[in-house]
Amino acid sequence: MARIDLDHIRHSYMANPQKPADYALKEVHTSFEDGGAYALLGPSGCGKTTLLNIISGLLRASEGCLLFDGHDVNGLSTQERNIAQVFQFPVVYDTMTVYDNLAFPLRNRGLAEPDVDRRVREILEMIDLASWSKRKARGLTADQKQKISLGRGLVRADVNAILFDEPLTVIDPHMKWVLRSQLKQLHRRFGTTMVYVTHDQTEALTFAERVVVMFEGEVVQIGTPDELFERPRHTFVGYFIGSPGMNVLPIRLEGNRAQLGSQAIALPDAPATSSAKTELGIRPEYVRLGRAGMPARITKIEDIGRHRIVRLDLEGREIAAIAGEDEEIPAEPHVSFDPAGINLYADSWRLETGRIETARPMTGGGH
Amino acid sequence: MLELQNVSKLVGAETHIADVSLRLERGSLNVLLGPTLSGKTSLMRLMAGLDRPTAGRILVDGADVTGTPVQKRNVAMVYQQFINYPAMTVYENIASPLRVAGVDAATIDKEVKRAAELLRLTPYLARTPLNLSGGQQQRTALARAIVKKASLVLLDEPLANLDYKLREELRAELPKLFAETGAVFVYATTEPHEALLLGGNTATLSQGRVTQFGPTVEVFRKPVDLLTARTFSDPPLNTIALVKRGGSFVMEGDSGVALPVPLSLAAIPDGPYTVAFQPHHLSLSPRDGGAAVRAKVTASEITGSESYVHLGFADARWVMLAHGIRRFEPDETVEIFIDTRHLLVFGPDGRAASTFPLAA
Amino acid sequence: MEKSWNNRAWFLVLPVLVLVAFSAVVPLMTVVNYAFQDTFGNNEFFWAGTEWFEQVLDSSRFWEAMARNLAFSAIILLIEVPLGILIALNMPKSGWGVPVCLVLMALPLLIPWNVVGTIWQVFGRSDIGLLGYTLNQLGVDYNYTRDTTDAWATVIVMDVWHWTSLVVLLCYAGLVSIPDAYYQAAKIDGASRWAVFRFIQLPKMNRVLLIAVLLRFMDSFMIYTEPFVVTGGGPGNATTFLSIDLVKMALGQFDLGPAAAMSLVYFLIILLLSWVFYTVMTNVGVERSNQSGGH
Repeated sequence: MARIDLDHIRHSYMANPQKPADYALKEVHTSFEDGGAYALLGPSGCGKTTLLNIISGLLRASEGCLLFDGHDVNGLSTQERNIAQVFQFPVVYDTMTVYDNLAFPLRNRGLAEPDVDRRVREILEMIDLASWSKRKARGLTADQKQKISLGRGLVRADVNAILFDEPLTVIDPHMKWVLRSQLKQLHRRFGTTMVYVTHDQTEALTFAERVVVMFEGEVVQIGTPDELFERPRHTFVGYFIGSPGMNVLPIRLEGNRAQLGSQAIALPDAPATSSAKTELGIRPEYVRLGRAGMPARITKIEDIGRHRIVRLDLEGREIAAIAGEDEEIPAEPHVSFDPAGINLYADSWRLETGRIETARPMTGGGH
Repeated sequence: MLELQNVSKLVGAETHIADVSLRLERGSLNVLLGPTLSGKTSLMRLMAGLDRPTAGRILVDGADVTGTPVQKRNVAMVYQQFINYPAMTVYENIASPLRVAGVDAATIDKEVKRAAELLRLTPYLARTPLNLSGGQQQRTALARAIVKKASLVLLDEPLANLDYKLREELRAELPKLFAETGAVFVYATTEPHEALLLGGNTATLSQGRVTQFGPTVEVFRKPVDLLTARTFSDPPLNTIALVKRGGSFVMEGDSGVALPVPLSLAAIPDGPYTVAFQPHHLSLSPRDGGAAVRAKVTASEITGSESYVHLGFADARWVMLAHGIRRFEPDETVEIFIDTRHLLVFGPDGRAASTFPLAA
Repeated sequence: MEKSWNNRAWFLVLPVLVLVAFSAVVPLMTVVNYAFQDTFGNNEFFWAGTEWFEQVLDSSRFWEAMARNLAFSAIILLIEVPLGILIALNMPKSGWGVPVCLVLMALPLLIPWNVVGTIWQVFGRSDIGLLGYTLNQLGVDYNYTRDTTDAWATVIVMDVWHWTSLVVLLCYAGLVSIPDAYYQAAKIDGASRWAVFRFIQLPKMNRVLLIAVLLRFMDSFMIYTEPFVVTGGGPGNATTFLSIDLVKMALGQFDLGPAAAMSLVYFLIILLLSWVFYTVMTNVGVERSNQSGGH
């Protein structure tokens, strides 16, 4: 187990990168604490897999330094870094039994057979495959194979970290729940540093203690699931996390009021900004429907079982609100925003109260 | 209208589709929901005419098309993999079904541009598919399906290989795109959530059988049997085996649980039942009609505004969807409340218990 | 995938059926005709029963040729398959080297059989052939027309030169279809080069390998042109394979009856062995599709 430091890491797939756009991964400077569970979250092409491959050593960063427990590992091979990785599609050795699949990494490292046996049995028990140990891996289902991939990572007691590259992509929804909760239990039990790459916000938020949100090669925010939900630092985070995403409405700031079209919204305090483009972000969960507030027109109601998504027209803008299963939706609704859920953005970056925040991507250390 | 009458498909000794009867109306959106290998793709292949059913009949607008091959039917299909002609431009890809049909150049141009506009592909018309993102590639495949003006459009997990957010956007657009064409629209998915977001009608599939077919929300709220309820819940459905004694469901040999029998089910006979409830019908605070039980936390997951709390109760594993951010220590015992207004009750045969006997 | 059904499709297959009838069925029936009858020309035939078959199966000449065939097939399989795998493993997976290697590999396959034979016949001659002359100059006593071992070596080297490419190309196709993740996982698991071959590359190649073995076996078992051109079956009968013997018997000695019986036996043996291979292969195929899961 190890703490991982990413020290001003940049990467480009080109030989001579000139401008920032040439970099698939713009500067990343952060640390993953020993024993932490992290998720790298973002749309495809945001650089998350590049970053993962740099950590695992399958790729060498163009610039910057990678440290495991303070030791420079830039020059080390994947094997020497002593990490485990679970891939999107289950990688199992078809001709081996389940048992031999798990024993493989240990035997390769020359562990004594009794120790191998003890470790393998322990892991088999944990991933619920004990009764399958003598079976050849080729006939198993996708989720069983993915469990083996996972088991091969866990079987080595001394790994520095386990890396996951969208490991639940090919798994059916029901099995996802089972595997995810198993993964969490294993993390708790072993305390291995885990880094999990995904484009699925539910997977990222439910798995990780801290989530790294990436967009176009940059880290936009690092935070706990509730921070990302309640206080997105960038409108992209607001949009990307949450389903539906955050409503972002253009406003004019006037003291402690936000002017939205002809409506004025009272703000908890008076933020100051010199920026021309100011926006108000409010999650559908914080939009209240009632008989008081700003008049709006319902365009569509989507009943998705446990709640309903109400699409409204407010001052010519489409916004979404969430209404509970048994909640009554007024015929002529008025909407109001819960002050606790209001975030203000200048040039897409969140305004901290009372001061102007420079609209510059903070690539630096989240904690 | 597409009608399947007692359609079965056997491959060797294996049953892929077992006695499926469905009526799909023109202009309707129909979701086939079920896990991998439940028969979604097999059923679509039968609908398309790619396979011939072993038994049963397939009717289009009342005419028997059981033996008619796919080339002679007006069908468009979009797959999970992004299937385009790699050597053709996006424009030519979209135009291809029209060229095959021998439409004149001016009409082709008009149709292609309209579809491209609809799917926001206009800037990419001159590119080849391999120079596009996954989302754009799938949009191209969808555009091709649209210009074809097929009377049956089959979408086999079309969004499964796309990013989460992209999926959300395309999912919202899809029903609108096809609504105006008046085609029968069939969409296969493994995700209950996706079915609910799409709306329309849903057929739940399990091992080659359609277990229920009806308006999506109705199938979700009033499943006819346990299998349907399980297929249609994500996270997995919470269940518990209880015995009905008079006005309450109790646990055999345990005095801790007593759930009041819903009024609508008061008349069902005493005996063993499987009682089920959705994760959002469990809560940490008593609501109207909430029955308290004590359960042990095995794990908790936070999704931002809500928390999924995994619980162990006797032998059962449950998931609770709690509002707000709730952190629990594993193995902590908590008091939870079951919203008894929304109980689902199934008899020993797995069928939903009902005061009125269901038609067999 | 199941085909669509349409009765008119038969018309499309009809020309092929006619062709097959003329090229295979009619000659085969003629051979069957000859195998059970005796003739002295003039279109007069006498029923011979199983006499020719008994004669063929009793002759040591047949069994010796058969043994040579089996030995030849075994040797070239033992050389070509491992060599083919080895070359395929060392071929580049990307970059400009790929087309270059593929073209180089395909070259021998493009040369007609009798040309291959002629090339080697000249190449190996000790008076004017580059190979034969060089070997003799180096002090190796090499002469394929005199020495049995030399004749065999020449025929085998020729076949290896001609056909290893086929094994290479098939194996290469199998190798490039292995996803990168497997190699990455192996690195992470600390697998040795041998383990990567044994547990990743070989299992992923075994399907194409079976096809390669089947093709090479059937082809080498029927070998005719090259040894006929190079050694003419000699020295003595050292490289007289079944096919060469058959031609000698039928056209050289004009023993049509025994020759027909022999070709039927030969045909049945190839049919039987092909069937065995086919069964083995489809069994492997079934295992595969079970693994990827039915529907």
